[in-house]
Amino acid sequence: MGRFVARRLLQMIPVFIGTTLLIFLMVYSLPGDPIKALFGSKAADPATVERLRHEYGLDKPLLQQYWNYLTGLLQGDFGKSFTGRPVADLMKDAFPVTIRLALLAFGIEVVVGVALGLLTGLKRGKLIDQIVLILTLIVVSIPVFVIGFLTQFTLGMKWKMITPTVQDSMDIGQLAVPATVLAALSLAYVTRLTRTTIGENLRADYMRTAIAKGLPKRRVVGVHLLRNSLIPVVTFLGTDLGVLMGGAIVTEGIFNVQGVGNTLFRAIQTSEGPTVVGIVSVLVIVYLVSSLVVDLLYAVLDPRIRYA
Amino acid sequence: MRGAKSAVWLAGAIAVALTATACGGSGSGSDDNAAVDPNGTYTYYNTEPQNPLIPANTNETGGGYIIKNLFRGLVDFDEKGKLRNMAAESVESTDNVHFTVKLKQGWTFHNGEPMTASSFVDAWNWGANVKNAQLNSSWFADIKGYDEVHPEKGDPKADTMSGLKVVNDNEFTIELAHPVSVFKERLFYDAFFPLPKAFYKDPKGFGEHPIGNGPYQQDGDWQHKVEFKTKRFDNYKGEDKPKNGGVVFKFYNKDDAAYNDLVSDKLDIMFQVPTAVMSQYKNDLGERAVDQMYGGNTNIAFPLYQEEWAKPEKAKVRQGLSMAIDRETIAKTALKGSKDAADGWTPKVVEGYQPNSCGEFCKFNPTKAKELIKEGGGVPGNKLTVTYNADGGHKEWVDAICNDIRQNTGVECVGDPKPTFQQVRADITDKKMTSAFRMAWVQDFPNISNFISEQYRTGAGANDMSFSNKDLDDLMKKADEAKSIEDSNKLYHEVETKLAEQMPSIPLFFDHTKAGYSKKVKNVKFDTFRQAIWTEVEVKK
Repeated sequence: MGRFVARRLLQMIPVFIGTTLLIFLMVYSLPGDPIKALFGSKAADPATVERLRHEYGLDKPLLQQYWNYLTGLLQGDFGKSFTGRPVADLMKDAFPVTIRLALLAFGIEVVVGVALGLLTGLKRGKLIDQIVLILTLIVVSIPVFVIGFLTQFTLGMKWKMITPTVQDSMDIGQLAVPATVLAALSLAYVTRLTRTTIGENLRADYMRTAIAKGLPKRRVVGVHLLRNSLIPVVTFLGTDLGVLMGGAIVTEGIFNVQGVGNTLFRAIQTSEGPTVVGIVSVLVIVYLVSSLVVDLLYAVLDPRIRYA
Repeated sequence: MRGAKSAVWLAGAIAVALTATACGGSGSGSDDNAAVDPNGTYTYYNTEPQNPLIPANTNETGGGYIIKNLFRGLVDFDEKGKLRNMAAESVESTDNVHFTVKLKQGWTFHNGEPMTASSFVDAWNWGANVKNAQLNSSWFADIKGYDEVHPEKGDPKADTMSGLKVVNDNEFTIELAHPVSVFKERLFYDAFFPLPKAFYKDPKGFGEHPIGNGPYQQDGDWQHKVEFKTKRFDNYKGEDKPKNGGVVFKFYNKDDAAYNDLVSDKLDIMFQVPTAVMSQYKNDLGERAVDQMYGGNTNIAFPLYQEEWAKPEKAKVRQGLSMAIDRETIAKTALKGSKDAADGWTPKVVEGYQPNSCGEFCKFNPTKAKELIKEGGGVPGNKLTVTYNADGGHKEWVDAICNDIRQNTGVECVGDPKPTFQQVRADITDKKMTSAFRMAWVQDFPNISNFISEQYRTGAGANDMSFSNKDLDDLMKKADEAKSIEDSNKLYHEVETKLAEQMPSIPLFFDHTKAGYSKKVKNVKFDTFRQAIWTEVEVKK
């Protein structure tokens, strides 16, 4: 187990360097000159441009820029954005908001999704199963921005139950609606995934054995059935956490949540290399760690899987 | 990006459908007799500033709107675009080279420091210095000694510009390197704002906590990406004392989100509503919708650096294309009145505007249009493309004018959208255009010279066409050296009428401020800069 974790952690290093290098190169190959763009539609003053280029280290060869960035990163320095603010500060503003939003959404999809999946899996073909199936089908087929705008319009502008946008991005109560919107799609997937595996495992040998042994129903379903059925669901959830962290651009935009998605979007628009690479590096780490946790969870869920 | 764009469209459609079925056009409930709270604050739509809040480094609207409230310069423009003295008692010159500035007495900065002649002179020297790499430094370029502190290469040879001299605490003189008839007008700009001594101790900290001499001061910390709060500065000595307690600048990533807040009274003033709601915002807001012209225009320009377009006879082709466009009808139908048909290169609300500067060449006349294009040997490649940025809501008018050109002249014309503004700008400044492209100008200050000189002078910063005409250059030089602003305006107007002979760009529309405000505020007016008169806004109790 320990060796497995150590090996995985070591594997993260090349993955991390590779992804940051790729992103670094991609940002710098974006069309348009970010320094000249600071001048808007006015002509850029060459002497000032030269100074700024030097200040942000953009006058050096690309690989050297990357090397400087990487060494800075190892010392905990994420560089600074073109606005003069350290990227670390930008992330300090954005990540707490996004973590709240993502965890809230994640919580909703785990609790509601697995519960609905279990319910429908056990009551296959019944009315409740049909209803949930249709509902999830609807959610899956509607793009998230439509759900977002519809919720905002109905709840926020017509019925005035919520403010149309989030006024305070740190307030969990206000984040509830955006989090639900964000969770909707994954929730539908989790429900369907859980339902299918529950349905399959109901016919498994160990289930028959457990029932034959006369174990109480709670234990049969809760321990034997659910635990084994969760493996594909956990795989999905693990990657989904990363998606929730970085991919909430649309939802954040609709509800004016000041999170990572928006910061990243703005940084890409202005070709702000250090900000983009900084945020994406953190997201890469989130992905890597969550996939490691998923792999470890397999062992907990299924006793047949052991890591030497 | 794609998703977000179509989202706007779809939300617009949904919103329209729902309002149509449910509300059916809500009446406005604005009650102008409501009691006013003189200490009430209101929220103003804004975007997160892109630079630290230092006047010489703030060149975009996000930071600009905040700076303009925290500071007051020597002069500024009133609601109608007329120049007036602010911190200056007088700015006088007899030759447009030597200026004497006298300051009003008793003004202080928010930290209590008195505003003196050095507050201006030191700030300008600092802003012009190449070492400080300020984005607005070129605004000081007319001052004598600028090339010493801001050489094209290398380190500055001096710390101060020789053209600036402090006479005493309330008086300083400016000497320019060459006559500039609109220099006094230019002094309104943010770059010329004064700075307190506290600034030089910690410019970086100042960018987060700016200290100005204006009607509002910062209230608490700048909450990045969320809001920037200001409160009334009680010691403010200017004539435009605030009628409210403060402005809260609220930052949005998407203007659609802000608009929804505006309609629900969660945001008080929005100076530009999103393009997606252009056709419906008057229904939503009733009397609280604002629609008026401002100092900005939309043209299409031609790459005169391309061999084909550079030929002298192609001026006829451009005139012909211009005459094939029915601006009035497009403005009324396709654009639903959101722009006005242009009759020249200078918008109506700008000082120096005269009707019909473009003459017959901007009047719709399909027969003459065809003749002129034929005389000029036709459009190069017999096909016109109009390049524009897809992220700015330009598709409607580009498609409309192309439609007119196709129908009335038989010339093939298509819009060529590029994803972002930045990308189009890069192609334009690198002189990579091969056919027509969108060229828009928003005034730096409301004077004809700003629209003509910055775009049509040989080598000017925004001369995206590489247009060059010696006669016009000479005329502009003469205008800059004119003794009075009236003479200068007249000469610039002459240049404008002569532009029609060459038609380096085709004037299309004068742009509109399309703003709105909530039920909580009244007395909301907009100037030619598309800015609310912040100090005049009254907050209801």
